[in-house]
Amino acid sequence: MKQSSLKSPLARVKSLGSARSGTMHAWRLRLTAFALLPLTFAFIVIVVSLAGRDYESARALLGSPGAAILLILFVGAGIWHMTLGMQAIIEDYVHVEHKKVVSLMANICFSTLIGVAIIYALLRLSFT
Amino acid sequence: MAEADPAPLPLEQRRPLSPHLLIYKLSPTMVVSGGHRVSGLFLYIGTLLLAWYLLAAAGGAHSFQTASAFFGSFFGQLVLFGYTFALMLHAVGGVRHAIWDAGKGFEPEERKKLAWGSLIAAGALTILIWVAHFILT
Repeated sequence: MKQSSLKSPLARVKSLGSARSGTMHAWRLRLTAFALLPLTFAFIVIVVSLAGRDYESARALLGSPGAAILLILFVGAGIWHMTLGMQAIIEDYVHVEHKKVVSLMANICFSTLIGVAIIYALLRLSFT
Repeated sequence: MAEADPAPLPLEQRRPLSPHLLIYKLSPTMVVSGGHRVSGLFLYIGTLLLAWYLLAAAGGAHSFQTASAFFGSFFGQLVLFGYTFALMLHAVGGVRHAIWDAGKGFEPEERKKLAWGSLIAAGALTILIWVAHFILT
């Protein structure tokens, strides 16, 4: 370890100051987790009742307001939650700075892409 | 960050690290802790399947048939069964973490019970969902 100053790592961090956002990651992870409990239940009910349906009746279910709203909420909370979770995994295991930054960006890009694709599909099922 | 990359230093000059997985005896809490992370990872990748299914349904009868055939196949059902267990394990794990967040369940016996209880509850919920599925179809 290269030590460029006599300050201990704790003293160095302390003088950098708090951005007052230290608990936001934990708070959002728990907020989305809390929302996901009932939404996961709704998701399971919808998926189980989708099984074995033909095209027309599957569309009818997915395009119904109740199912569409619950699925959009499930996907919104789920994508947000998984982005935060993957961020924690990356921060735990990727310690080389440039790799970490690229991984964090890739995580947000992938999650956003999947989230937008799913919500687009659900809206299209509802409105066409 | 100078300490970000430990590789260039010879082993004896590196800072001591805390003991890790290979040092400790495997315990139920370790299994569910690792299981929580791994199931989260599977659910992350699994969103691709949900996106595929919904885009296929939005795309029209032909693409819906293709996706439906995959999810109805033996391999597709196996993937969905694994996905169900991952989802249940992660959901039950979330409840376990909420209990710990509340400052409860930290005694050795309680921790052990919570860990085993999570595994049993996740397994039972998975089976319950698939029984409901087979009864309804």
